Amino acid sequence: MSQATMTITSEQPVESLAGSLGEMRAPRSLWSNAWRQFRRNKLAMFGLCYLVFLIFVAVFAPAIAPHNPVQSDLAVAGKYRQAAWISDPDPKKTGDWSYPLGTDGNGRDVFSRLVYGTRISLVVGFIPMTVIMLIGIPVGLTAGFVGGRLDNLLMRITDIVYAFPALLFFIIMQISLGETWIGRMLNGLVLLFITLSIINWTGVARLVRGDTLALKEKEFVEAARASGASPWRLISRHILPNALSSIIVAGAFIVPGAIIAEAVLTYLGIGLRPDVKLDAPFPTSWGQMIQAGQTAYRNQAWLLIAPSLAVALITLSFTFVGDGLRDALDPRDQV
Amino acid sequence: MLEYAFRRILWVIPVIVAVSAVTFFLMYRAPGGPWDREKTLPPATIKALDAKFGLDKPLWFNPDAAGQKWAEGVRNPVELATAAIDSRFLNYMTGVFRFDLGPSYASKGAENVQELIARKFPVSLKLGIVAIIFSVVIGIPLGIVAALRQNTWIDYLCLGGSTLGISVPTFVSGLLLLLFLSRTLSFSPIRGPEEWEGFGPAYLLPGIVLGLGTMAYIARLTRASMLEIKRQDYIRTARAKGLSARNVVGAHMLRNALIPIITILGPAAADLVTGSIIIESIFGAPGLGREFVVSISKRDYSVIMGTAIFYAVLVALANVAVDLSYGLVDPRIRVRR
Repeated sequence: MSQATMTITSEQPVESLAGSLGEMRAPRSLWSNAWRQFRRNKLAMFGLCYLVFLIFVAVFAPAIAPHNPVQSDLAVAGKYRQAAWISDPDPKKTGDWSYPLGTDGNGRDVFSRLVYGTRISLVVGFIPMTVIMLIGIPVGLTAGFVGGRLDNLLMRITDIVYAFPALLFFIIMQISLGETWIGRMLNGLVLLFITLSIINWTGVARLVRGDTLALKEKEFVEAARASGASPWRLISRHILPNALSSIIVAGAFIVPGAIIAEAVLTYLGIGLRPDVKLDAPFPTSWGQMIQAGQTAYRNQAWLLIAPSLAVALITLSFTFVGDGLRDALDPRDQV
Repeated sequence: MLEYAFRRILWVIPVIVAVSAVTFFLMYRAPGGPWDREKTLPPATIKALDAKFGLDKPLWFNPDAAGQKWAEGVRNPVELATAAIDSRFLNYMTGVFRFDLGPSYASKGAENVQELIARKFPVSLKLGIVAIIFSVVIGIPLGIVAALRQNTWIDYLCLGGSTLGISVPTFVSGLLLLLFLSRTLSFSPIRGPEEWEGFGPAYLLPGIVLGLGTMAYIARLTRASMLEIKRQDYIRTARAKGLSARNVVGAHMLRNALIPIITILGPAAADLVTGSIIIESIFGAPGLGREFVVSISKRDYSVIMGTAIFYAVLVALANVAVDLSYGLVDPRIRVRR
């Protein structure tokens, strides 16, 4: 944690970096400005630090987790052992600091599973977001810039996607394709990525389209066009950089949405499959833990509390970061 | 305006067709048939059941039936066309527009999906009403107070609470609340089936949890738009001409600040729909949302399909209603011809 946060809180390197960037290419000063603004927002900084901490946890999960998250060791660990600070008359159930958050119905360490669960949440959050951006930004730019029939088609598609409540579509996709080879890839992660991308790319495309429509009428684009810039250059050098700030903010809100979708689907029993391999890189998700915790919370409350808090904290952090980014990047909102 | 309203309402039809086609295609691909039971049915029975429910017909179009009619000497184009569209999808589609969603296969065809929806939806609707009332009655005043006392502890409290409400998913807050009530207060919010009849206190807790997200969103939006309007010239004018603070807030600020709230009612409808699927399962409410989850585990495809289409139509109509209400509420918004 300390190592991870130091890079953000230390003042010196960032200032000099921003300074040198400012000297070299003046137009970029928006970003150093935004970073300065963002850093002043305590909640946003807290969210960012927590997310960096989670990335660290996910990467070094094997070193952090005290036990194997999949191996069940009922004889030693005990079924439904309470969290460490709760005592129970049964010696196999009383809290023990070698199992900080207790164990589940199979004698698996809840804390270790929580640590490994971070991996799925981050992967499920960031990979679909990348795919969504890779599809949504080009489509939005083209539709906004070219207009006409392509633009019309995009707007009709987004109308239909908007009418389809996302969770319903996720559920139908999972039921339909969950048992196929693609649904089995990586315990269902691949199908989840595809589903999340299909629903969300239209939102980004619509946003980028709107920005492009507004930007292409601006004087500086007109000037660039008059001085003979090619359409490609207009888009890549003049329109996209100016649309980037709203894209970044949208991205910060797509990630928690994807994390929640995974947790909800898995909670309903149609998301990710549990992995029983001892060396699985993605053995469990917080959604699976919540599902297990809901049936057993009378026996072991932390089985439900721990993963619920984990989901709540990660989505909260993303909201803080997203709000911070919006305040920092969107000059219209600075009042 | 009328023309726009008409066009906007007509546009719901292709949306329904598209949503139905996607759902139909995906559910057709789903593994297992409607007659999969623990005990395998004899092939003759399956064939008879398929024939009874029209599942033996081709999927998208039925050119064979039309060809047969042609061979029989039928030349009436209407009759030929009717035979050609006698397929599973097109029969289902025409059913959708007649509010006929077909039989629920898990109940062996004893109940139709639209009857099931009619029986279960009132519970979900009542939950949704509680949620909407809660979110408006709490959310708007919270936003107003926060904006009028900007940068005081009340403002920070409202802002913090609404950020929590927006970012924490309802199934997490619902489960944690359930856990807290049953562990700390030894109070079980799970009610028996008879308590869901009528409009009793059973709806209070799940309705509030369902409305938490929308409430937080409304509070944030109200605060933001109140803050913007506070700085407008006409507010200064109203103050300067000696109106009481109450009058300024009530007659000049609130009326204008509430316009953006309408814009979120469309997304809120979608939120309530998906939220009720989870909240009803958590609190054991016998509504359509829980029925949907049950039908998933039973693989009752016609119920899954019918419910999904029903929800999609609901959300599409809510969006249209919101779009149409802009013009009514805010005369500045005019539709370009």
